[in-house]
Amino acid sequence: MNWSDGSSYIAIGIAIAVINYIRKFLDTPKQLPAWDVYLSKVWVLGLVLMTIGEVLPKPWLTWFWLIIFGAVAYTVRQLYHIRPARTLLLAIAPYTILVVIRDVLRFISPDFYKSTKVYFEAGSTFSFFWLITFMLIANNQKKAFAKVQQEREEEAEQRRIIEGKKNELEYLVAERTAEITRQKEELEQTLTELKATQNQLIHSEKMASLGELTAGIAHEIQNPLNFVNNFSEVSIELIDELSEEQTKADRDTELEAELLTDLKQNLQKISHHGGRAASIVKGMLQHSRSNTGQREPTDINALCDEYLRLAYHGLRAKDKTFNATFQTDFDTSLGKISVVPQELGRVLLNLFTNAFYAVQQRQKQGVSGYQPTVSASTRCIDSQVVITVADNGTGIPEAVKQKIFQPFFTTKPTGEGTGLGLSMAYDIVTKGHNGTLAVESKEGEGTKFILTIPA
Amino acid sequence: MLKILVVDDEPDVKDLFLQRFRREIRNAEFLLDFAKSGEEALSYLSDHSSEVVLILSDINMPGMSGFELLRHIREDFNIPPSPVVMMITAYGDPGSQEQALQLGANDFLTKPLDFAFLKQKLHDLA
Repeated sequence: MNWSDGSSYIAIGIAIAVINYIRKFLDTPKQLPAWDVYLSKVWVLGLVLMTIGEVLPKPWLTWFWLIIFGAVAYTVRQLYHIRPARTLLLAIAPYTILVVIRDVLRFISPDFYKSTKVYFEAGSTFSFFWLITFMLIANNQKKAFAKVQQEREEEAEQRRIIEGKKNELEYLVAERTAEITRQKEELEQTLTELKATQNQLIHSEKMASLGELTAGIAHEIQNPLNFVNNFSEVSIELIDELSEEQTKADRDTELEAELLTDLKQNLQKISHHGGRAASIVKGMLQHSRSNTGQREPTDINALCDEYLRLAYHGLRAKDKTFNATFQTDFDTSLGKISVVPQELGRVLLNLFTNAFYAVQQRQKQGVSGYQPTVSASTRCIDSQVVITVADNGTGIPEAVKQKIFQPFFTTKPTGEGTGLGLSMAYDIVTKGHNGTLAVESKEGEGTKFILTIPA
Repeated sequence: MLKILVVDDEPDVKDLFLQRFRREIRNAEFLLDFAKSGEEALSYLSDHSSEVVLILSDINMPGMSGFELLRHIREDFNIPPSPVVMMITAYGDPGSQEQALQLGANDFLTKPLDFAFLKQKLHDLA
């Protein structure tokens, strides 16, 4: 290689072309950026070899080709995993090796070279075609590789899109879940508030019915108290009379015995009426007390009688002109039944209050000869307690009858009824006692409530 | 002798009156009879119409009320001497009192009864 040899320039030019082709083909600036810096300048070594070639004889050109081949081989080695790179190496290897052997031979033994030149030329032609063929193959492989690569990239892209969609969906789901959770919490909060309100309503219904009762209770307590006071005072008079009699000379023993009998009788009456007042107060306390829900053996007849009276006097206290007959027809063989007395008492009070209200309303219509009557009866039928509360009041129209057990339904003017009485009564009978509460009514004739509880 | 009919649905009223007026009864000043309802009182009156001088009636009774009884007495037993009627009630409101007097009651008493006061009234009558 020297400056005056034209083939040296051609060799450098070919080297530049080959290197650039390989760089482009294998995309070394991206694949091997560090090595590419050297690879792109490897042809400069040609100039160095040309300088050395000025002084020293051949075969520098052969060295140059070895260097170029070495650089290509080194590049392929680094990219060994890429199939087109290996094919490329295979493409250029025979031609390069042949050229190097030829040049070395020409230098070492020009005579032998001359005698074998024909083979070398044939060989180099063959390896040239080999080179072209394999370069085409490598090119195809590269295209196929690129295609696979592209498919993979598309697949990855697809996956990325799917992943993105999935994330989006997950975000939406999380958002929706949070929303639903929030709504659920809100609903739970509302439910808690509703329950609290319901309890308050039940409490106020109890208090309202207690208010209705107050006057009745006052009357019911006043009566026995009057008897207690009166019989006490009379007893003092009797004792005075007795001691007066005892001081006399001729004692009337018959009168003394009579006075003593009366005294005993009076004390029994005081005790009886005291007990009456006490039981009314006890009943009132039970009525206002929060429900303990405890079933206990209860005298249903006594409970009916007590609340019938309380309901009557409650209404009487509000309407002084009101008067009604109440009839009781109790099954004395009933015995004690296991119920929650204050709960059942509330039901009975409600039914009686309604009955008295109905007869009062009919009485107000001013029909002559009308006798307001409320009756209560108890029976034991097929091991069931049947309590009937009947009145000859205004009766319930068919349309209203469908709604009477609904909460907040009332026919009374605003502020007079909570509309909870019968709905609570219905719940107490059906849910609390596994019983039934039925109504029979004819408008203008009267109403009958039939309460059935398993004994 | 003053014949008195006491009308009250409370059964112990009878014993109470008998003991409160035991001296008067023993001395034959008063004669007490009792009815447990307005209806019973009316049937008693129809048998002893002119004998009864004074009727003491409760107003609040099941069935026929004291007011109705009073109206019947004033309508059906109006032949002189018509009895003196005193109404007794636990609800001593002016409305009831007015109604009682309007219906022809001679007096209006409230429970609890002041027996000393009642006794004085009865003695004045006798």
